[in-house]
Amino acid sequence: MMDRRDFLRLGAVGGGAVFLSGLYGHALAADGDDDFYFVQLSDAHWGYKGPANPEADHTLKQAVEAVNALAQAPEFIVFTGDLTHTTDDPAERRRRMAEFKSIVGELKVKHIHFLPGEHDASLDKGVAFIEHFGPTHYSFDHKGVHFIALDNVSDPGARIGEAQLAWLKEDLSRQAKDARIVVLTHRPLFDLAPAWDWATRDGQQAIDLLMPYPNVTVFYGHIHQEHHHMTGHIAHHSAKSLIFPLPAPGSQERRTPLPWDPAMPGKGLGFREIEAEPKQAAYQITEFAARKA
Amino acid sequence: MNNKRRLLLAAPLASVALMAFAKKRERVIKIEARKFRFAPNVIEVKKGEDVVLELTAVDFPHGFSLPDFKIRADLIMDKPVRVKLKPDKEGQFGFLCDNFCGSGHEEMAGTLIVKA
Repeated sequence: MMDRRDFLRLGAVGGGAVFLSGLYGHALAADGDDDFYFVQLSDAHWGYKGPANPEADHTLKQAVEAVNALAQAPEFIVFTGDLTHTTDDPAERRRRMAEFKSIVGELKVKHIHFLPGEHDASLDKGVAFIEHFGPTHYSFDHKGVHFIALDNVSDPGARIGEAQLAWLKEDLSRQAKDARIVVLTHRPLFDLAPAWDWATRDGQQAIDLLMPYPNVTVFYGHIHQEHHHMTGHIAHHSAKSLIFPLPAPGSQERRTPLPWDPAMPGKGLGFREIEAEPKQAAYQITEFAARKA
Repeated sequence: MNNKRRLLLAAPLASVALMAFAKKRERVIKIEARKFRFAPNVIEVKKGEDVVLELTAVDFPHGFSLPDFKIRADLIMDKPVRVKLKPDKEGQFGFLCDNFCGSGHEEMAGTLIVKA
């Protein structure tokens, strides 16, 4: 477990925890790149029905309202997987994806990047996801930061796979060594808790490809809680979910959802703002509850 | 048939019998993998015991992972997959399906109990 003080500065803003991550004081940076911020939402599991969230029909809609109510609109939004809850029925899967798409269509910010989770993509190798949301892995640039979306879920065995790793290598080869790189993915790339399937089978190969680049930060989902970890100089930050929280890694025998608390509905659910400071290669994380206060 | 020929014929049979006797020392534990449970899902073995887990997937190519012993296998539908195990430590260790198999995948897990 990392020592947060080594790389995070904790503060408080607007009722949410703020983490500053990155390499302050580290070299230089491209003049002219502006700070900007984006929002990360994760693990909505649209279609879930169960005691872990008796308000599952409302939580995603509440999160959409909360994002729309932010004082300053983000420049874009990322969804890091498990947009829908899995189903064996391909028609039902598509129905859930269409409903999800309709709900997030209410977001004021229309610049949205979607990633699949295993609940969306593992049973059909991403076919329905691609129909509704586009490619499962891709890269894009925004104001001096190179974003890479990695798919570690379309293979039901949680592999990125040789073809995508080759694509990652080629994508990275076009980046300067001091490029600001943000990786978005669903599962942790490192072995967080293999006994709970909280890992990517060939994630170390992706980390090895990223290691030569000093300014890399990873944002992911899957584990339904905030978690911070370092592999060398690479920071990995997981996000809360919009359906039910899961226990801390390895804290109990089974990864069963934490029980719903009627006295505090929505406890443990949330999304985050990430303020990117490309010049400093730094990312300031602010956590928000899934519903407006 | 003369006695010499009888002996020659019996020799391979004796070898097979010896091999069978040697293999008896490995305890074979049959495990069925079905959405969304292993049966049995609690397995008890002794430290140092030679064990073969014979896993058969009946409805999906499930995975079997026992991370504390760095053992994993992709199961094959209706065909037993044999996994050798000789536990060198006592305790309770979780195993799980690590090929996403559907809505109960997260609950598809079990416990290996290793006793002295």
